[in-house]
This record gives sequence, structure tokens and C-alpha cells, in this order.
Amino acid sequence: MSLIGDRLWGSDLFTRRINRAPSVILSNIVPWLTIGGASLLTFSPIIASAPLLPPISFMMLVAWMFLRPGLLPVWAGAPLGLVDDLFSGQPFGSAMLLWSIAMIAGEIVDGWLKWRGFWQDWFIASVFVAVYLFLAMALATFAGGIWHPAVLGPQLLLSIIAYPIVTRVIAILDLLRRARVKVLG
Amino acid sequence: MAPPLDRRPGFDKRAQFGIFTSYVAAGLGALVGLILLIVSLLNPTAFAFARTAAADAVSPAGESSAVTRSTGNTVLHVITGYIEAGSKNAELKEELQRARSKLAQAAAIEAENERLKRLLDIRESDDETIAFSRLIGSTATSGRRFALINAGAPDGIRIGQPVRSPIGLVGRVLEVGQKTARVLLVTDGESIVPVRRVKGNIAGFAQGQSDGTVRIRLIEIGINPLEPGDVLVTSGSGGLYRPGVPVALVQEILKDGAIARIISDPAATEFVAVEPVWQPIVERLPSQAGAQ
Repeated sequence: MSLIGDRLWGSDLFTRRINRAPSVILSNIVPWLTIGGASLLTFSPIIASAPLLPPISFMMLVAWMFLRPGLLPVWAGAPLGLVDDLFSGQPFGSAMLLWSIAMIAGEIVDGWLKWRGFWQDWFIASVFVAVYLFLAMALATFAGGIWHPAVLGPQLLLSIIAYPIVTRVIAILDLLRRARVKVLG
Repeated sequence: MAPPLDRRPGFDKRAQFGIFTSYVAAGLGALVGLILLIVSLLNPTAFAFARTAAADAVSPAGESSAVTRSTGNTVLHVITGYIEAGSKNAELKEELQRARSKLAQAAAIEAENERLKRLLDIRESDDETIAFSRLIGSTATSGRRFALINAGAPDGIRIGQPVRSPIGLVGRVLEVGQKTARVLLVTDGESIVPVRRVKGNIAGFAQGQSDGTVRIRLIEIGINPLEPGDVLVTSGSGGLYRPGVPVALVQEILKDGAIARIISDPAATEFVAVEPVWQPIVERLPSQAGAQ
């Protein structure tokens, strides 16, 4: 038995207990499910006459990538982008391309800035989201939309403000990911 | 945060190869995305089947959220209603008096209209609706403006049919699934609606700007007769939209037209009606054309 103060608070949260252990399946599947689920946000109660909602699914991808580097494989951008394309209204393939590029870029950033703080993470994520929104609008314009970059202003601002909240949500989901579940046998 | 340890595999050949493979897979994913993108840009309906199938599969989620939206709307209205009650009351009394006199006028005009129509022997085939449905989703993050309705091919929905709310035009059907259909909103850049001003015969086109407004371009270039507050309705040219459906309200005057705010904001719309194409395009065979 260890003494109180011997370990950090909550450090035994994810260890194996009698009949309960963290699940490998759960720990791998949660990021995929949350990002895919966020793509369904097109079905939110908000019917928008202007693009206003932050690209939550993309921001979740970026947040998972920065919070747990290496958890999502580098190629994860393609299948998750494919799911997003089904619902986003963008020309098909746009998220598949842009998310793949984002994953590779994230990997490069990871190798370049190894020890990052909160502000650096926020800044890098903001740059990622800004570039993504801009390129997505450019691709939508090719598909018949209208080139009106001023529309992106409020959306980008909202996205930048929302990013720290998304990271907190990801942190909570990360606890769920490593939760102890019942083991049989 | 500490960098993960598995990025620098050192001399471990197998780990090096694993990292290399994942990069190759990511590059291939991007390439496939690019190919799909090019295909969908050249042929926008190429992946309609995948989109409609996906929308059909998750439409229950959209339906439940649409119910939430209508409830949320009411809550907001209740709160604002309490705050504005006094001023609203006085305003409404005044408006009622004005409306009563207008109503009498309207009845007279309607009677006259009826008489003139009988004279001309015009029969109208409007007032028919194919389906009423809820708006269950919209592309709130994309630069394109689409919405989803929860009615599909079995309900009689076909591509091209106009969609309207009780107060104005919403858009037209673009893709049809079994349980859902995708609607191109009037505010999308691809949507061009022939319009005219209610007062006087001033015709033009309304093109979406994807920010809740439409750009009005007049057909006759010269002195711009539009004024802020003018109501624009569908003109019926092109044969897709029935004439007389309100579209937009002029907000800002430009040199060759105006910027107008759409009347039927989809955010405030719960139910929409899908109407038949006003005058469907009928292809005539050369022999039939000769016979007429």
C-alpha cells in the first residue's frame, strides 16, 4: 500500500483493477467516432443562410492530432474527410484532400516544435483552420459557389474562439477513451 | 507536452518502414481525394448517390434536431415577447387599423381580378403542393448553401421542383434520395432566380451571395429605379418558379442593381412546401411541331 502523497492525484485512474481494465478497442475508436460524429453537425438545429458554424469536425481532428500525436495515423485524414464530404456540402473529395494535407502538415509541425504550450497550440490550430476555410471556400467556388471571402470573417473568428473549448472537449473524451471497462474472463 | 517516443525509431528498420508506409498512405489518401475532387468538379452530380444515401441513413438525427429548433425558437420568442409587450401592443393596434382598410381594398381588387380573369378565360393551376416537409439540416460550415428536407422520391419529389415557405421562396430541389432531398437555397452562388419588382414591371435576376443576401441584376441597364425596401417576387420567366412568390427585400442600391435580403430566411422556417415545376419543359418531336 502506498502512502498518501506518494502518487499524483488521479494517477491510478487508468490502471488495471479487479475485473476492470482499459480497453484497446475503446482507446482507438473514440477519436474516429467523435470526428465522424462531428461531421453530422450539418444536421444541427441551426439552418444557416450564411456559413457561420465553425468547422467542428476539422477542429476536432486538429485537436486530437495536437493532444495525442500519433494516436490517429497520418493517413486518417482521408477516410475521415470522406465521411465529412458526404455531409458538408463541399464538392466531393475536398475534405479528403485538405484533411490529408492537414494531417501531413501536423506531423511536420510535430517534428519541428516538439515541446509546445497552450498558446502555441492555439496559434498553430488557428493557422490550420484559417488556411482550411480559405482553401475550402476556393474549392467551393470552383464547384459553382461564389467568391466572397468576407463571409469567412465571422466564421473564422468564431472558430478561433471555439478552439480552446474544443480542446477541453477532446480532453474529456480522452478520459472516456482510457476508461476502465469490464473484462470478461 | 512531451513529444511521443515512437517518432525517432533510430536504427529499428521495421519502425522506420512503418513510419514511411504511413506517410505513403497519407499521400495516397490526398491523391485519391484530389481525383475525386476533380471528378466532382467536372460532374457535380457524380457522387449524388453517396450523399443521398448517407443523408437518408442519418436523417432521424436531423428530424429530432428540427423539433428542437422549433422549440428553441418558441422559447426565444416568449422571452423577447415579454420584453417588448408594451410597445408591441400600441404598434399592433395601429397596424390593425391600417390593415382593416387595406383588407377592404384587397377584397375589391380580388373581385375585380376574378372578373377580369373570367373575361380572359385564364385558368390557374397553382395552389397544388407535392409535399410538406421539415428543413432538417443545412451546410452551416461550407461556402455552398444547401439544405436538407425530410421528403424523398416516394413522396413525389423530383429534381428541379421549387421549395417555398409560407412567406417566400426557399430554393429548389437538387438531389433526391429515398427519405431526404437536398435543396439548393436561393442564397447559394449557383442559384439564379428571375425576379421582378412588385410595383411596376422591372425585371432582373437574383443571384445568391452565400451570406444571406442576393445580388439583383436588372435586365434593362440605365437609370436604376430600385429603392431600398422594394419587394422582389419571382417573375415566372424560365418556367421553373411560379410567378408572384416573394423572394427578397432591397437593402442597398448598386450601380446596376441592388443587394437584397431574402424574405424567407431558412433559419426562421420550420416547414416548407415542395411545389411542381411551374411550366415543365416539354420536348416536342419535329413531327408534332410541324403539325401545330
